Amino acid sequence: MPIATPGLALEARDLVKRYPQGRRKPPVTALDGLSFGVEEGTVFGLLGPNGAGKSTTVKILATLSAADSGDAFVAGFDVRGRAADVRRSIGFVAQKQVSDPMDTGLENLVLAGQLHGMGTRDARSRAADLLDRFGLAAAARRQVKTYSGGMARKLDVAIGLMHRPSVLFLDEPTTGLDPEARAEMWAEIERMAADERTTVLLTTHYLEEADRLASRLAIVANGRVVTEGAPEELKAALRGDAIVLELLEAADVEGALALIERSTVFRDVVREGRTVRARTDEGAQSLPLALALLDAERIRVASATVARPSLDDVYLAHTGHSFSSAHRHGGATNATTDDPATSEERAA
Amino acid sequence: MTATTATTPGSARSIPSRPSRAGTSFLRHTAVLTLRQLRAAVRVPAFVVMNLVQPLIWLLLFGQLFTSVVEIPGFTGGADYLEFLTPGIVVMMALFGSAWAGTSFIEDMNRGVMDRLLTSPTHRGALMVASLLYQAVLTFVQTLIVLGVAWLLGARFDGGIAGVLVLLAAAMLLTASFSALSNAAALLARDQNILIGLSQLITIPLMFLSSALMDTSLSADWVEDVAAFNPFEWAVVAGREALLSADPDWASVWAHLGYLAVFALVLGWLATRAFRSYQRSA
Repeated sequence: MPIATPGLALEARDLVKRYPQGRRKPPVTALDGLSFGVEEGTVFGLLGPNGAGKSTTVKILATLSAADSGDAFVAGFDVRGRAADVRRSIGFVAQKQVSDPMDTGLENLVLAGQLHGMGTRDARSRAADLLDRFGLAAAARRQVKTYSGGMARKLDVAIGLMHRPSVLFLDEPTTGLDPEARAEMWAEIERMAADERTTVLLTTHYLEEADRLASRLAIVANGRVVTEGAPEELKAALRGDAIVLELLEAADVEGALALIERSTVFRDVVREGRTVRARTDEGAQSLPLALALLDAERIRVASATVARPSLDDVYLAHTGHSFSSAHRHGGATNATTDDPATSEERAA
Repeated sequence: MTATTATTPGSARSIPSRPSRAGTSFLRHTAVLTLRQLRAAVRVPAFVVMNLVQPLIWLLLFGQLFTSVVEIPGFTGGADYLEFLTPGIVVMMALFGSAWAGTSFIEDMNRGVMDRLLTSPTHRGALMVASLLYQAVLTFVQTLIVLGVAWLLGARFDGGIAGVLVLLAAAMLLTASFSALSNAAALLARDQNILIGLSQLITIPLMFLSSALMDTSLSADWVEDVAAFNPFEWAVVAGREALLSADPDWASVWAHLGYLAVFALVLGWLATRAFRSYQRSA
């Protein structure tokens, strides 16, 4: 019997999950040896584009789905042998709305508490607390179908917290929210993580969300963790600033790439469409040099920027393509046999 | 050190202080989940009413159209076609309504509600039984309305209160059976279209291979033979015998109710197993 590592509220070891594609088609690999661990009481981010394997991971940890191989522990319990104990210990906020739109906010919360074995009176008082804290007290007796997207999402998180779980899963909590509602949700999650001492597993495809909320994060691509650490560590490990040069003519990209690569000041030079990206120690000083090199060859530059390392750069460094392009790719993929996006979208 | 103990895996904080036994949690989960569906029905009574429109039209239309059926030599169903028809219409309404039971599961699956319930300690059996109970309650209410309308149209039932209770039991058991089938189809296929197929492919043949509208002793022999194995027919036979006869053949009534109860139990159990298949492919 595999045993959980002490001190970790969540642990995944070499998880493998394949989805059958029907006859004569090879199965799609959603998870390909994914591993990570989350310390108790922290917020851990799983970051990656659609189809990277985030939701599959959450479903396995939350006992909704079973891995083909590998081990997983939640709150010290093996998800395979102790599923009932895991279910008592977790709150699960799925990617999609987890409340019943026909019930009121209060009814949704009380029902969730009752299903977790709370007495009706306990459930009512806990529900009133949560409604207060999430600013939903005025809407408590309204049907959820009248709620705005932001209100419904806050209610979802409150439902997940009803029974004071030791682990809370938040699967893309702000996808589909407008910027204002997203900012509000971030503040709620920060407050909640501090108040409830709950371990939170947050999946997101927003870099800024992971950067702001997670104390540690893992970047997931193609069903594996490609890198893991605190956001600051990950950024610091990159050494130096990023410069981004967008060219006017696509035909010039090859030439520009060669010029920049030849210079010893720049490293990690990559192209992406009409854009050339590179890393350098002192961005502010190196940018004029790059522009001078290009100008000498009559290569016209549409825009040039220099930036402190971001998680996007971390993602780029570990996967070879930028996060936004990976995300576009993942989101637009159709039924190709080698892309786990299809299986995850199907499973979602 | 208190902080460390408070966050020890599986500590009291994460587990309800009074762990309830599986049996009591099953009953409680069934109760709160049934209430959830009843609340929704009370808020949108249109759904309950919609399911009544068709049976009432059939009752009015067929009751007038086929009044002389009872005069066919060999007709054994009594002297009034409206009275003969009423239990058939009630059972038909139960069957047609329950084919759509899986809709609530589909809605819960399309949202994150089903996944949330399945990752909580919610008893799988309670999820299933609550849905069957809710559908049975709808059938209960609708049956009383149909009986009331039939009474206003002049039908009189010699079976009295006992007859009404047997008809209610038969209709509710049939509702539970086919709601379980509909729920299982919903869990396996996760597609509303499959429920449309179910209602078209199963309900119509079941209805015509029975004595709901016509005494089967007047049909081809094979119809009568097939009808003997038709759960829809079991409900019609039990309900009609108890409702229309002042001195019903109780052995037949109880036997048919018994078949229905076993059928409902088996389908309910199989449908609960369908949650595993749903999770396997999650």
